[in-house]
Amino acid sequence: MTPEETVSAPNPIEQFELHRIFPLEISGIETSFTNASLYMLLAALGVVGLMVAATSRQSVVPGRMQALAEMLYEFVANMVRQTAGKEGMKFFPFVFSLFSFILIANLIGLVPYSYSVTSQIIVTFAFAALVITLVVAYGVYRNGFGFLRLFVPHGVPLPVLIVLVPIEIISFLSRPVSLSVRLFANILAGHITLAVFGGFVMMLLASGGWSLLAPVPLLAIVALYALELLVACLQAFVFSVLTCVYLNDAIHPGH
Amino acid sequence: MNLSIISTATAAENAQETHPGVGAEGQAHHEGGFPPFQTENFAPQIVWLVVIFGLLYILMSRLALPRVGGILERRSEKIASDLEASRDMQTKAQAAAVANNETIRLRREEAQAIGREAQQNTATETLSRRSQAETEASEKIRAAEGRIADAKMRALANVEQIAIEAAGSIVEKLTGSKVDKDRLSAEFRNVKSS
Repeated sequence: MTPEETVSAPNPIEQFELHRIFPLEISGIETSFTNASLYMLLAALGVVGLMVAATSRQSVVPGRMQALAEMLYEFVANMVRQTAGKEGMKFFPFVFSLFSFILIANLIGLVPYSYSVTSQIIVTFAFAALVITLVVAYGVYRNGFGFLRLFVPHGVPLPVLIVLVPIEIISFLSRPVSLSVRLFANILAGHITLAVFGGFVMMLLASGGWSLLAPVPLLAIVALYALELLVACLQAFVFSVLTCVYLNDAIHPGH
Repeated sequence: MNLSIISTATAAENAQETHPGVGAEGQAHHEGGFPPFQTENFAPQIVWLVVIFGLLYILMSRLALPRVGGILERRSEKIASDLEASRDMQTKAQAAAVANNETIRLRREEAQAIGREAQQNTATETLSRRSQAETEASEKIRAAEGRIADAKMRALANVEQIAIEAAGSIVEKLTGSKVDKDRLSAEFRNVKSS
């Protein structure tokens, strides 16, 4: 093994590996407490710290953290009200939990050496499945068979409907996939890119004469990191806005 | 509850402990493919996600969000009531200002009336004093004029007596006969009246 090989092998995929901290199995299902569980817990504790601890004084003139909690509250509340209407406000706690959890998880994932919960397709898919299940369940509960009007756009002539209805059905069925893959792929790709550029820095440093070029990918990491911060917030926002849009469909199925 | 920590757990632990020596690449190969797509990783993540997100949802919907909503509502109520109170105060202040201006106007009018009255009083007093002084003066003038007339009359009477005596003595000198004094004074009066 040459010295070059030992440093030129940083694995950008390694950060997504699941490590079982407390291996555990309950009635045949593996429930090990993993690093993913740990960071889920951290994200949830972050949200709780912000929303519960920082607002415990309930002061009329807020401190910094309470102001932040209020901003987050009003931001999500406005989002739900504008996208899903007044009736959509009954899903406000759900959308809020979703948005704040994904946001904090994304942001925690950007801390070096940490683990990104949302870089796992199963996590984002679980969220997407939860959203779609909720949409279908509430849509059927509220509208009965009228929920099927979702697939029949209003005021479209019959010949066009023959083509349009299958398209609408396909687009509805692809929602959980697009919703989950969008978040998963964004976070995954961002983290891989950061790791690859980090690997470049190490490889250049270890390559003798070329080590003078090592700051170049380092600067690229800084720029990418800024972009990833944006992506972390934006994807949490996109996920929740789409959730609101789908919930709006469940509330008002006829377009 | 069928809770059993099975013996494979220790096996997994052993497997992990051997990894650090192998190196990153070897580990990835050992785990078998791309970690997010490893199906054996799905169950523990879903279980913990459901538990943690469920608890988070309950905490948010039962405790945090009603509390923050309450804070925002109380604040907007407080702002509204404070604004209302300040509007009240402003109305009161404006009313007080109007009342104050009214009082100032009344007092000024009063002061002007007092001034006018004083001026009028002074004027009438001056006038009465002046007329009084004028009557007094004219009375004095009249008295003085009376005295002058008296003196003139007396002087004239003396002149008459002297003239009569002179006329008597002239007639005596010319005729040598003494003229009766009463006749002389009668003649004098005749001459004087003609």
